[in-house]
Amino acid sequence: MGATELLQFALAGLKNGSIYALVALGFTLVYAATGVINFAQGEFYMLGGMLSVWAYAGLGLPLPLAGLVGVVSTAAIGVIFELLAIRQRKDGDPLALIIITVGGSMVLSSMARHLFGPNERPLPLFSGGGSVSVFGAVLEVQTIWIIGMTAIAVACLWYLYNRTGLGRAMRACAVNRDAARIVGIDTRLMVTVSFLLAAGLGALAGLAVTPLTQTAFDVGPTVGIKGFAAAILGGLGNPIAAVVGGLVLGMLESVSIAFISSTYKDAIALVVLLAVLFVRPQGLLGRSRREKV
Amino acid sequence: MSYEPRIVLSVEGVHAGYGHVSVVRGIDLRVAEGELVTLIGANGAGKSTLLKTIVGLVSPTAGTIHFLEQDITRMRPDRAVRAGLALVPEGRMLFGPMTVEENLELGAHARDRSDSAEDLKRVFDLFPVLQERRSQTAATLSGGEQQMLAVARALMARPRLLLLDEPSLGLAPKVIKEIFAALDRLKAEGLTILLVEQDARLALKHADRGYVMRTGSIALAGNAADLLADDDVRLIYLGAWHGEGESS
Ligand SMILES: Nc1ncnc2c1ncn2[C@@H]1O[C@H](COP(=O)(O)OP(=O)(O)O)[C@@H](O)[C@H]1O
Ligand SMILES: [Mg+2]
Repeated sequence: MGATELLQFALAGLKNGSIYALVALGFTLVYAATGVINFAQGEFYMLGGMLSVWAYAGLGLPLPLAGLVGVVSTAAIGVIFELLAIRQRKDGDPLALIIITVGGSMVLSSMARHLFGPNERPLPLFSGGGSVSVFGAVLEVQTIWIIGMTAIAVACLWYLYNRTGLGRAMRACAVNRDAARIVGIDTRLMVTVSFLLAAGLGALAGLAVTPLTQTAFDVGPTVGIKGFAAAILGGLGNPIAAVVGGLVLGMLESVSIAFISSTYKDAIALVVLLAVLFVRPQGLLGRSRREKV
Repeated sequence: MSYEPRIVLSVEGVHAGYGHVSVVRGIDLRVAEGELVTLIGANGAGKSTLLKTIVGLVSPTAGTIHFLEQDITRMRPDRAVRAGLALVPEGRMLFGPMTVEENLELGAHARDRSDSAEDLKRVFDLFPVLQERRSQTAATLSGGEQQMLAVARALMARPRLLLLDEPSLGLAPKVIKEIFAALDRLKAEGLTILLVEQDARLALKHADRGYVMRTGSIALAGNAADLLADDDVRLIYLGAWHGEGESS
């Protein structure tokens, strides 16, 4: 296999890895605020695509505006989901909350099927079907969009997390919720914010990918598993780790296609998930849970 | 003309616990403005639970809690901080992976932070070692420094009432002395303090008044000097009597 081909696989890995990174960020942000895995995360990805298609094809909005509607309305659904389903469980019992997210996931995909039908829905490429050549490898313009939008979203999130009072409060919640409460942080608000961001980031991924793959009411769970595996791989609860986990998982998939067979591509996430849970449960960047004081 | 000090905290008939286990059983307690009041008692008596109930981490099953004439019974902790309470919790509960400075800024989370620089100066003046350590993570501090940081973080909220839960626990005598000197200074500056301690003698030496708690209720209350002089032995007896039965 030549260098050009390898580069081609690397670019594909980077593209898929960006998507996994966004979905993984959603898992990690909610986990940091609640200690719970949100199994509805994949549905935010689905809704981002489906609602953008609805705004574009159904409402006839121009594509950029339709995409904005898709992402913002999904973020709003994330908030409503938190207020109606998560917040009602006052004791915050993790097992109960996880089951609520599983149920929520089913409700969201059934609703999408009911409202938008069972068919695959397309969206046009953001800026036409062109591609550029990178050292001989083909880089589609839509891929540049995907990687670029991910990079911008990650940069914004980094700034929010590390440079603002809200971000500091979110990190404090992740370290110790009771400690956060006694310094005056409204931890329930932080949970709502985490769902808003998780839904928005998932929706952004769904929006960016739909022009390449189309979307449907049932695309959530597959991407959900991959984003989950990526979040675990990096180290749950840490946003940087989620991004690293997403990119590494994307690359591993590419490597498996390059050297084994594309048949196994979707199994890689599960293999990674199990391997991490057995060998290094805290993830690549995670510290074993002893940094609390 | 007699001067009646204002009551800052008034706990009346409070019951609280965890699930079906009742731990605090009918506590009445008052703290007046400028006082340093201590709550002493053996391990497991329910002191920490009472503090957690006052700040809203635990919800009382009966009774009322008033803070500066405001009913704060069942108020959420983040609201209680805004009302003017600050807790230095048992075990400190610092944000370990975050820096000393970030911990302190989080202490000021509940209020307008435009003047937090001034408050930082104040707490660095009280605990100079924190200034040296300001960009280290809290997890890397020694136990004594962590306790100082916990006190400083609470002060960043500019509380009207400071609640402390066993600030001497596990610390060397020299560090304990330093922390209690800081409490004396805060009291002299007019801060109202409710101090939970297991070391009864130490606490009473610094306090104006004391309550002795035993299995969820107040067994004894009085002036700190009286409690100290009057009945060292009895205090210790109360502690020992209780410790025997409940320690686990
Ligand atoms: N989070 C909790 N859940 C259940 N029981 C608790 C909890 N915290 C404390 N207890 C129990 O409540 C009783 C009083 O504890 P605590 O208030 O911590 O006492 P103290 O601070 O006086 O040592 C103890 O028997 C303890 O085991
Ligand atoms: Mg205690």
